[in-house]
Amino acid sequence: MLTCQGLTELVTDYLEGRLPFTRWLSFQMHLGMCRHCRGYLRQMKVTVATLGHLPPEPMPPAIRDELLRRFKDMRSA
Amino acid sequence: MTGRREGHGLMDEAVLLERLRRGDEAAFSHLVERHHRPLLRLARSFVSSQAVAEEVVQDTWVAVITGLPTFEARSSLKTWIFRILANRARTRGVREGRSVPFSSLSGDDEPAVDASRFSANGMWSRPPEAWDGNAPDTILMNGEAMRSLSRAMEELPPAQAAVVTLRDVAGMDSAEVCSVLEISETNQRVLLHRARSKLRRVLEEHVGAK
Ligand SMILES: [Zn+2]
Repeated sequence: MLTCQGLTELVTDYLEGRLPFTRWLSFQMHLGMCRHCRGYLRQMKVTVATLGHLPPEPMPPAIRDELLRRFKDMRSA
Repeated sequence: MTGRREGHGLMDEAVLLERLRRGDEAAFSHLVERHHRPLLRLARSFVSSQAVAEEVVQDTWVAVITGLPTFEARSSLKTWIFRILANRARTRGVREGRSVPFSSLSGDDEPAVDASRFSANGMWSRPPEAWDGNAPDTILMNGEAMRSLSRAMEELPPAQAAVVTLRDVAGMDSAEVCSVLEISETNQRVLLHRARSKLRRVLEEHVGAK
């Protein structure tokens, strides 16, 4: 029987599609019965989604301009 | 699971490459802005200081500019750029006498969730809050949460930081990450699990309850 604690250690394998079938089945059954673990899985998905949408960090303009200059030079070379 | 996640300002790669080859400066700026921060984070996993990491990233961009005309698109543009970075940063790290233990998983056996959150039979005693449907947006707007997240990423062990940066920040799939970092799929998964679990814990402190 998969515990809540056990489930939190299998979340990544689950999301990566790497759980062996029987493990996957007990994971699914546990999720079906346990709203806290559904909440946990959701938090993990939200964490991943947040990381995927981090705003771009402004680059120091001097470096950016220098790279752009090199990019242009490369074209005209 | 979706293979390639949509990040901010994503531009179709074939279109982007075509524009880069035509010398489109806007396309180049787009590329640089999109990848600069994850590149810097990845470099930081290999070398000892921020200054050296910045140097490696700049060298990488120069190599990208030089290599673009002959880039054969056998891998994605993104993977190619991150591979150039990883190779340079690795060499630099070795020269500094700093080698990153990507293949060793020892030394960090922290549980995904602190044991105090569970009862003796392994069920939640202090369960997670239910995050609502807008959670990612709410978090992205929460300055304090974002600062904590950013600090937590800097404090991750280097190998975990590298994996989560490539997978979740840069949006690569696991095969690409394994090839860039030269690690096995299992190692990649364990490192990803530890990193994501820690970052979730950090966000949990800022979301919900309030
Ligand atoms: Zn549960």
